[in-house]
Amino acid sequence: MVRYFTRLRMRRIYKWGGRPYIFDRKLKSYGFEYLNMSVEGQEAVTTVTPGQYILIEGNDDEYPFVAKLLKFFGDESHKQKKALVQWFLRLSEVPQNKKLLLGRSPHPQEIFYYLGRACDNEINAESILGTVDVQHVPEDTPFPEPGTKDTLYVKLSWDTKAFNVLDPVLMQDTPASTPPKPALPLFPPCASPTATPVSRGPVRRALPTPDPTVMRRAGSVSDTRATMSAGKRSTLEAESIHSASKLSASKILSAKRRGSAADTPGVRKKLQLSIGASPGKKMTRADVLCELLDEEMESEKVISLKLSSSVSHSLQHGCSLSPMRSGCKTPNGQRRFPWKLSSISLDRLSPTALGEQDLSSDLLLAVIPLALEDEVFEAGLPTDAGSANTPKKRQATPRRNYVREQKATTPSRRKESAMAIRKPALGVLAEEDSEDSPMQPIALTPRSKRKSAQLVSLRIRKQLNLLDNTQELISDGDDDCFVPSKKDLQSSSDEEKTDSEEETRGRNCKTSVRTPCKTPSKKKDLQSSSDSEEETMVRKTRGRNGKASARTPCKTPSKKVTPSTPRHATPSIPSRTVPARQPGNILEEARARLHVSSVPESLPCREQEFQDIYNFVESKVMDGTGGCMYISGVPGTGKTATIHEVIRCLQHASDMDEIPTFRFIEINGMKMTDPHQAYVQILQKLTDQKVTADHAAALLEKRFSNPAPKKETTVLLVDELDLLWTRKQNVMYNLFDWPTRRHARLVVLTIANTMDLPERIMINRVASRLGLTRMSFQPYSFKQLQQIITSRLNKVKAFEEDALQLVSRKVAALSGDARRCLDICRRATEICEHSTSHPSSAGLVRMNHVMEALDEMFSSSYITAIRCASLQEQLFLRAVIAEFRRLGLEEATFQQVFVQHRALSRVEGLQPISVSEGLAVCQRLGACRLLLLEASRLDMLQRVRLNVSQDDVLYALKAVRD
Amino acid sequence: MSKRKVKETHMPVGECISQYGYIFQVQMILRERFCHQRLPEKPVGMESQHKHLLELLRRTAVHGESNSVLIVGPRGSGKTMLLNCVLRELLEVKDVNKNVLPVHLNGLLQTDDRIALKEITRQLNLENVVGDKVFGSFAENLAFLLEALKKGDRSSSRPVLFILDEFDLFAHHKNQTLLYNLLDVSQSAQAPVAVIGLTCRLDVLELLEKRVKSRFSHRQIHLLSSLSFIQYLDNVRSQLSLPQDFPDTNFYDEWNDGIKTLCEDQSVVDVLQRHYNSSKDFRSLHLLLMLALSRVSASKPAIKPTDLLEASRVCMVDSKANILHGLSILELCLIIAMKHLNDIYEGEPFNFQMVHNEFKKFLQRKSHSIHNFDKPVVIKAFEHLQQLELIKSMDSSTAKIQKEYQLMKLLLDHSQIMEALQKYPQCPTDVKQWAMSAFG
Repeated sequence: MVRYFTRLRMRRIYKWGGRPYIFDRKLKSYGFEYLNMSVEGQEAVTTVTPGQYILIEGNDDEYPFVAKLLKFFGDESHKQKKALVQWFLRLSEVPQNKKLLLGRSPHPQEIFYYLGRACDNEINAESILGTVDVQHVPEDTPFPEPGTKDTLYVKLSWDTKAFNVLDPVLMQDTPASTPPKPALPLFPPCASPTATPVSRGPVRRALPTPDPTVMRRAGSVSDTRATMSAGKRSTLEAESIHSASKLSASKILSAKRRGSAADTPGVRKKLQLSIGASPGKKMTRADVLCELLDEEMESEKVISLKLSSSVSHSLQHGCSLSPMRSGCKTPNGQRRFPWKLSSISLDRLSPTALGEQDLSSDLLLAVIPLALEDEVFEAGLPTDAGSANTPKKRQATPRRNYVREQKATTPSRRKESAMAIRKPALGVLAEEDSEDSPMQPIALTPRSKRKSAQLVSLRIRKQLNLLDNTQELISDGDDDCFVPSKKDLQSSSDEEKTDSEEETRGRNCKTSVRTPCKTPSKKKDLQSSSDSEEETMVRKTRGRNGKASARTPCKTPSKKVTPSTPRHATPSIPSRTVPARQPGNILEEARARLHVSSVPESLPCREQEFQDIYNFVESKVMDGTGGCMYISGVPGTGKTATIHEVIRCLQHASDMDEIPTFRFIEINGMKMTDPHQAYVQILQKLTDQKVTADHAAALLEKRFSNPAPKKETTVLLVDELDLLWTRKQNVMYNLFDWPTRRHARLVVLTIANTMDLPERIMINRVASRLGLTRMSFQPYSFKQLQQIITSRLNKVKAFEEDALQLVSRKVAALSGDARRCLDICRRATEICEHSTSHPSSAGLVRMNHVMEALDEMFSSSYITAIRCASLQEQLFLRAVIAEFRRLGLEEATFQQVFVQHRALSRVEGLQPISVSEGLAVCQRLGACRLLLLEASRLDMLQRVRLNVSQDDVLYALKAVRD
Repeated sequence: MSKRKVKETHMPVGECISQYGYIFQVQMILRERFCHQRLPEKPVGMESQHKHLLELLRRTAVHGESNSVLIVGPRGSGKTMLLNCVLRELLEVKDVNKNVLPVHLNGLLQTDDRIALKEITRQLNLENVVGDKVFGSFAENLAFLLEALKKGDRSSSRPVLFILDEFDLFAHHKNQTLLYNLLDVSQSAQAPVAVIGLTCRLDVLELLEKRVKSRFSHRQIHLLSSLSFIQYLDNVRSQLSLPQDFPDTNFYDEWNDGIKTLCEDQSVVDVLQRHYNSSKDFRSLHLLLMLALSRVSASKPAIKPTDLLEASRVCMVDSKANILHGLSILELCLIIAMKHLNDIYEGEPFNFQMVHNEFKKFLQRKSHSIHNFDKPVVIKAFEHLQQLELIKSMDSSTAKIQKEYQLMKLLLDHSQIMEALQKYPQCPTDVKQWAMSAFG
């Protein structure tokens, strides 16, 4: 089972087309005329040329990125494929707070010409998904009819600050710059950006959430399929499905999903055909050709050659047929349509299936039935007018693709093959043919489509989780029929599916509001309704189930209703009824300014550090690279404050458009319960998602390791780094490893107290990744402390100069902790205030006030405590010292001390106390930590030690007795 | 007895009933006082600390200034009383009343941060509290609380007073997460908080991690009573005196006069001096006075010096003396044997066999009154002593060594043994002599 999987993995292939036309000696790079994209093992090739508008795979967006291709270039070895692009933005990519600047509701297909500089305009050519059509709409003209869903419109430009009217020149030069496209001799207009709306597929729909891994897999799957012969293919894939289902739940899902999805392409195909058959409608010859050719593309060339005859055949019909676009929509007809289709297709198609199995050699057969189907349909089906409307959207995309892919296949050959196949067509194996027919459209679609489709499929899959069980039984049968292996639904099929589904849904089940392709669960339902007969029955039930079950999980990801998840609550401390009083006099004012929490206008005394960090972060943001920095320093030396200041300045700079925008995230090792919560917090701050630690780690890993062209730099501040230590150090490892990834654009600033933390607690591979960009914050000197206080006070005259100097010298000598310094000053103002009877009449804070505050905070309380102890307690301390002297040790048992105690009390003329009292005295001293005691269950045998030096005790006791 | 009869004959019936009522009232008032159920009007002997704390909390409540403070003092020195007095006073101020959210935590109840967080959210009545239950995981709760505190700002949100009783125990929580976060909030521009820690450990700051310590404002209010004996005596008098608003002035005068004379009595002063020497805190004093008060009844409507003496005797009594009085002669003999062994081997541990030998020697040489006991009987007696925890095994693993050879230590002081022998009812003289003799 697994074997099939491994076989299914394949890659998309990108090849330069044409000869390198520019050679830049300096950069050692070549320019190229166009790029051919293909799926490994498959002949279908999409060509992208500069000047075209392209879709680029993105990571975290609903839709892929849109850009105009300016230039291709690569290095000598032809290994690196790069492209220069001009970006376009969707409204969803505009920062939330700026969206309002637009001043009107955006057109759903509106994009904006990007004039900002923050985004790298050089992309990896291998992230190109395909082409798209973009039209420039002049400022004052309204957007075109919403009927053409496949085109994107540009009206305005966006320069990260405001929307501006787009200079038409910018857009106009596009077609001019387009180099000749040798690959598309037949239908050049379709591929070019100015192509008629006909050719445009439902681009928007096809694009949701590109997930690179899924896409890759999907691509690979389709590849294998293509390589295998049709007959085998189905079985193989069926097997793989089963294996998948055994392997993992997610795979099961995908398999199911595929099964259900796969049938739709067949339907669509039929629909299209039927549409074509409906009389009185104009379908351009080209369109039909496109379709047919498209199908052929998949098959090997040899086969395609044979097909030439069939094309002409289909064309005959096609010419007279109405294009889907113009179809009038009658609700009734719509519904019936798929059913009829299916029945017909069953009859007709079965032969092809047979033929396939017999021949087993190639795709040819698989292709042919479609053509056949066409004809059959056209002939036999009095298609409802309503049916025509469904495919309208669907059709666009695939057709565009066909055009692109078409190369040398000659349409005329098709007919032959079609005819040939018709003969064996009598055998009725309904299932078999349904197998085959869906496959082809899938295989045909160009890669770009596929990707987007896969994204859709991924989504659907997710929502179908619950469907599985119901589908399980059915799937066995279905699986044979629906070839596309799990990950791979092809774009065209998907698109069409969604379209048709939506439409049918809109008609049939009016319960649900039509939403464009965003709610995949609906699609599912639709799909089921628009299926072939037997399948419809099955599917319908399935779809229902799916509707009920699958939808719930996706719509309510977190149960907001239940009290058990407080995550959606907006936490807040109740607000006060009476507003806080503002400082009344100068001392209060000073106190407010001296509070550590008040944010100063500037940070004095850390200019050098500020500059270093600023330069570091700024350069990384400018370059779009990543890096780590380690900052150490004892507490209260302004590490976090400096970084916040740096970020403030950088934010300002980016607001002024001096540097690209970036994102600042802060986590604190102390503010999480477990090191692994770091992932959760980072992810939550990045994307507002709330997931478990493991999942968050996986998501972040993906986010930072995959390219996303428009990703902005993330600056991550990790405070109290040492708390993130785990035994395997994987949290730290990841934090330092991400910035080294090519696409991460992550700057990590770490803070801890000890200078040698990397050497002390980190294993080599972690320390190595942290790098040597280190900085140490020295404790403040007294001058700096003085400056800090002065700058905070900011001309509020509350302190005598000498008093300030005393405080700062004292603190500098002890710790250099600015917090301490500020706290002492604050306390001094209080003492000053209390020293006078009227708080308003209090003058400056003088030396004596500061002295008192210093005493309060720094003097040890042990001596006072001993002086204030009761007589017996003092006696006991003396007894302890006497016993220590006698033993010559710093430790004695209570019993020994008690003997001394009794002797001493006799000397002092006190009544001796009982053992219980003695123990009580001992315990009291132990509770104050004047003595250190063993556990009290040892009773008389517990050992006693002094927690204060003997000299201190003697000094304190002597003072008492004198 | 005779006294009571005299009084009964003197007093008319009505007065007797009212006497009952008054005594009952006196006991009510004084018990409330001694059991710390009612806060005193003004904390005694800690005016400056009171002012400091009140001022600090008032600024938090009124100005929204964040603060942190530790109240340090030995057990029974009135830390909680001081804090409660201050809070009571603070809440009497009009615009403070509805504006502060006190959160009470105790290190003995909230033994880890998870429980403490839940308790905080519960007391703050945040959104994730339904009824009395707090939902969400530990991590969620922490994030939630921090978020809540971060949302607030100095001027608009209500100040929160975090009162951490047994502050030192919070310092033993993992990573000191709770303390770090509370103190960090108090040092940053978030919701105004005041963190008030109560502890009896003088070295509490050394327990804090350096980054936690740096965030603490280092304000400490020390409650170390430097009460002189005169003040102590005054205090006793005021504690025993009836308040001004006592309904019957006659009785009030009578009682207070009685107390005054009581405090001047020399024997009472001696007892109080002894207590003062032993400990200055009020809790032990209250215990003493409580015992004295319980001997007051309608028939004996005043505290007499003898009551106080008796109470003092009860307070001071050695806890092991009573156990020793309840021992059998055999057990007592074993203890004496152990005492001799201690003398001989200078406190080294002994085992049953040694004790038994010593005991047999005594029986052979000196005993006239004690019979020879079988060894099992002696072992039984020995085990009983162990159960009473008068002797304690030195080995951790008791299973491996035979009972007879387990090493033991005596948990009694010589003085305790001798005292017990003196008071032991009908102790045979040869046993007494044996105990007093120098070596076995």
